[in-house]
Amino acid sequence: MQIIKEYQLIIIGGGPAGLAAALSAAQNGLSDILIVERDKYLGGILNQCIHNGFGLHYFKEELTGPEYSKRFIDLLSETNVEVALDTMALNLENSEEWRYLHVMSSFEGYRILRSKAVILAMGCRERTRMNIQIPGTRAAGIFNAGQAQLYVNLEGYMVGKKVIILGSGDVGLIMARRMTLEGAEVVACVEVMPYPGGLNRNIVQCLQDFNIPLYLSHTITDIKGRNRVEQVTVQEVDQNGKPIAGTEKYYNVDTILLSVGLIPENELSREAGVPLDPRTSGPIVYENKETLAQGIFACGNVLHVHDLVDFVTEEAESAGQAAACFVQSGGCVKQDSKIISLKTDSNIGYTVPQQIRIDDVEKAVRVFFRVRKIFREPSRIVFRDQLKSEIASFKRPFMFPAEMENVNLPRQLLENISGTELTISVEE
Amino acid sequence: MFDVIIIGAGIIGCATAYQLSQFKLKVLLLDKENDVSLGASCANTAIIHGGYDPDPATLMGKYNVKGAKRCIELVDALDIKFKKSGTLIIALAENDLKTLDKYYNRGLLNGVEGMAMLDGEEARKREPNLSEAVIGALWVPESGVINPWEFTIAMAEVAVREGVKLELNQKVVDIEKNTDHYLVKTETNQFRTKYVVNAAGVYSDKIHNMVAEPAFTIKPTRGQYFLLDRSAGETIKTIIFPCATEFTKGILVSPTIHDNILVGPDAEVISDPEDTSTTGEALAFIAKQARKSVPCLDFRNNIRNYSGIRANSDYNDFFIKISTPKFLDLAAIKSPGLTCAPIIAEEGIKLLAEEGLELNKKANWDGTRKIIRFKEIPKAERADFIEKNPEYGRIICRCEHITEGEIIAAIRRGLPIFSLDAVKRRAGSGLGRCQGGFCGPRVQEIIARETGISPLDILLNKTGSYILVDRTKNTEK
Repeated sequence: MQIIKEYQLIIIGGGPAGLAAALSAAQNGLSDILIVERDKYLGGILNQCIHNGFGLHYFKEELTGPEYSKRFIDLLSETNVEVALDTMALNLENSEEWRYLHVMSSFEGYRILRSKAVILAMGCRERTRMNIQIPGTRAAGIFNAGQAQLYVNLEGYMVGKKVIILGSGDVGLIMARRMTLEGAEVVACVEVMPYPGGLNRNIVQCLQDFNIPLYLSHTITDIKGRNRVEQVTVQEVDQNGKPIAGTEKYYNVDTILLSVGLIPENELSREAGVPLDPRTSGPIVYENKETLAQGIFACGNVLHVHDLVDFVTEEAESAGQAAACFVQSGGCVKQDSKIISLKTDSNIGYTVPQQIRIDDVEKAVRVFFRVRKIFREPSRIVFRDQLKSEIASFKRPFMFPAEMENVNLPRQLLENISGTELTISVEE
Repeated sequence: MFDVIIIGAGIIGCATAYQLSQFKLKVLLLDKENDVSLGASCANTAIIHGGYDPDPATLMGKYNVKGAKRCIELVDALDIKFKKSGTLIIALAENDLKTLDKYYNRGLLNGVEGMAMLDGEEARKREPNLSEAVIGALWVPESGVINPWEFTIAMAEVAVREGVKLELNQKVVDIEKNTDHYLVKTETNQFRTKYVVNAAGVYSDKIHNMVAEPAFTIKPTRGQYFLLDRSAGETIKTIIFPCATEFTKGILVSPTIHDNILVGPDAEVISDPEDTSTTGEALAFIAKQARKSVPCLDFRNNIRNYSGIRANSDYNDFFIKISTPKFLDLAAIKSPGLTCAPIIAEEGIKLLAEEGLELNKKANWDGTRKIIRFKEIPKAERADFIEKNPEYGRIICRCEHITEGEIIAAIRRGLPIFSLDAVKRRAGSGLGRCQGGFCGPRVQEIIARETGISPLDILLNKTGSYILVDRTKNTEK
């Protein structure tokens, strides 16, 4: 088939990750860059995040979602980065020299593009009621929190009058406040885990400030209402997450908002043969955010789910820089570098990157990870090599699963390890 | 005055309407819901059965093989999806081997072609993910999976295009028998007709009893299901049935027309024929049973649970009779009702003819339908196609790659549209892993634009299933 156009770099997704990646690649010298965005606007999910709290790390000031993305969109307009809006990426194919992308829109039709490098920046989607298998009726009135946020903030519609929130992810917490401010009654937020899923500041500002009770170790076990939600049953769960008989509470609500986790959207990556990490549901990446499929990079929530957009931006900038380097050098990474795989103990959910090519690390590599339970006491994050020798350790006063952690591993330390594996663990 | 009123727009009612539409008749199709295909026709196992199972002495046994062939003919005419996947009925214990023999012999009597007995190894060769415990299997190649609501809707669309009148939201509350006609009364209306066809599914006993002596009782039987994401679609390619035991009819694992995996159903007789809720216990039971056949099933891939209510009854066959003059029961239709639907309709129409209904064919009846599915357009032709039809260039449903053009076409195909699910059933938008999370609001927008219904009044599914309650900042009230 005919190749319509050629680029140095194509970025799939024009949300915060895609925007920062494009800017960074442009600043690092690429001139033929395209962003493919399926929505009619750049900015991604930030467009509907009209609350503040964005940019505290990156800009050292507090912005709303649209304000945060506008900073990047404005900078982008000063570059010659091309943007294809309302355009869907349908297919990604990988070969030695080129990445092929099939895109489609109503105004430019069906096109096949090719590019030296591709950055995956497709973001994530919300887990649904069906993913977590809540029994009961399939009435209307059950929304993912982000979907409700779109209706309320962008479309100007209310989705319900009396609301219960399942899951204490950040979007759910934000929507508890939002629905309250719009005149709905939010009766409770229910979380199956013994700890909150969202940031502490959101627990305080969105629940506590509005007297909305948070029930930890509780879940919804039944939904009633033939056509619209009428009642939900909430039960306490035991250590294994199983509902405890006799703890039933009933709430007469017309709406359930779900904030039960986000799933990186990697259908395109999977079809392109990009190996994924089952722990993150995102691609396995090297130190420079290159996936195991050559020339394809990943950043933002498609790589792993972030809690702060500021970190998405930083990650995307480094991916943009790496992609630029890849294009300019025809593959800048030392092919024969020693590769170190990062392993985790049971206290750590995952790491990004999962693999480090030592020769590609300039001074240090930043490793992101999440713990799998709450550490209230001071503890140490320890890296050990295959001989169990301690390579590095970092102190933390406390750690929460809801908050992504990161450490900087200096190249020097990496050079001297035995074997090709480093295990990261938490020692109390 | 209508010639024929059909009560119930499920697969049986719509098949009957479709076939009656070729004659010069005034036909009215009634349903209590706001769309066709909202009962058992929407939530079932979606299989064109091979015919090894029903007793050869019953209509079910007599119609099955013929019905399957007719369904496949209709697949082409109506442009609907069918996948000839074949069926493996597996034996997990010595006892089951006897059951397989019974099925094999019944299959022969019912005219099933191409059956073969396999040992465990041969079965696993066909389906490598079958349990190691499988010691034998019956292979029934002439069977497959279909999209039952698409089938039903397609027949309704053609019937309406060819002159059948469809009235939705019309729950029949009484039928008055007069000397030369019936008066069919609904909650809001009444209609006169010479003939009545009772295709009311789980309510078919109630409709029957309005004009005839009670003859059978429906025992609404709920079955629950898992639908697993397409990423699990490679797990099996064949319909896998265990042998029925005295406790369970057997939980099947089946591919679907959309490359998902369907797992279910259980069988629970319930009092409320509208109670399509799902329960934790039943789903846990289904998952456990299904893993006996296919141990590697991963229920974390679940994208939807649902349940359907089948019209089982105390009558051990389809109830297809003229129960009182000019009143035809196509009642108590249970499995393999979907497979037999075209034959049930044909046989029913023969009975109506014997009752005096005149069947004069229209000169220019067209029983076919054609629809465009973007995904099926070869990549090389897509650029040209979109240039001529730009609305097919905009993807609305990201998970299933359904375009705006397909959604608009579905809305314009002739049946009234009130809900997101009505569009989902026609175009396939929202069927995927995000379950309409992304495309719901966009589809709502398109329905509003195409039909003039306010977004506030667009429903999720049945009447009463409102999605939005108000504008934000509405201070007028």
